[in-house]
Amino acid sequence: MVNYPHQQPDLDRVFATLADPTRRAILARLAQVESLSVSALAEPFAIKLPAVMKHLDVLGAAGLITRRKRGRTVDVRLSASALRGPSAWLRDYERFWSPALDRLVAHAERKEAQARAVEARRKSR
Amino acid sequence: MNSITLVRRIKARPSIVFDALTTAEGIAAWWGPDDVPVVRVQADARVGGAYRVRFRTLDGREHEAYGTFLEIVAPRRIVMTWDYAFGGEADEHGRTSRIEIDLVPFAGGTDLRFTHADLASDASELSHAWGWTGSFEKLVRHVEHVGISADLDSES
Repeated sequence: MVNYPHQQPDLDRVFATLADPTRRAILARLAQVESLSVSALAEPFAIKLPAVMKHLDVLGAAGLITRRKRGRTVDVRLSASALRGPSAWLRDYERFWSPALDRLVAHAERKEAQARAVEARRKSR
Repeated sequence: MNSITLVRRIKARPSIVFDALTTAEGIAAWWGPDDVPVVRVQADARVGGAYRVRFRTLDGREHEAYGTFLEIVAPRRIVMTWDYAFGGEADEHGRTSRIEIDLVPFAGGTDLRFTHADLASDASELSHAWGWTGSFEKLVRHVEHVGISADLDSES
């Protein structure tokens, strides 16, 4: 799926977020699985659930993870799109504009054909 | 500075291409990443004038791009700011970027040069600051190798 430019993360924030070892550990754990509930994610950590939640808030704000409520649990997963390099963001912009410009070309060429038809009619009168 | 440039050779005169880029009717005909009708367009194509394009993507979500025309030289050049809102809220990570469009006539048509500039320039600055040459994927692999046990009981 195309990633639209609005999904671009704030890289300052991403780097600041990654500076914390617990948060890196959380990301590393999420990198190995599809998704984990918050309580399953907190389990191996020697810190309290609220502290884990706080880390998840920071990771979420940086766009590195996504959380989705499912029934009474919250699933956490790595946001793969956030973990790509700057060049990937530029490619996203290209993917955003390229099909639009193709349609612009088609539209303008249609208009040109119409304009020429009108001009030809005028000339033949 | 990060920018992308796309070029297209169009078999249409510059004035027609210019109109397609600066009028509401024209913009509505091509805008957006998916072939989904544009919801609403406003465009006041003069220096200092505003534009606003609300469009939908194939996943049904509404997006809005908006900005101000900085340069209008009909039918040759358009420069405008570009901001982005999603779901009615301005993109909090967003920054104002800039779009520059040049139309160069050739026999039988127009060469379009489309540049989206000032994109996340902090990305490159930060990569230099960190000696970052690859991508975040490398970092993920790295933290996977380092393992998680060593860091488990550290709390910041």
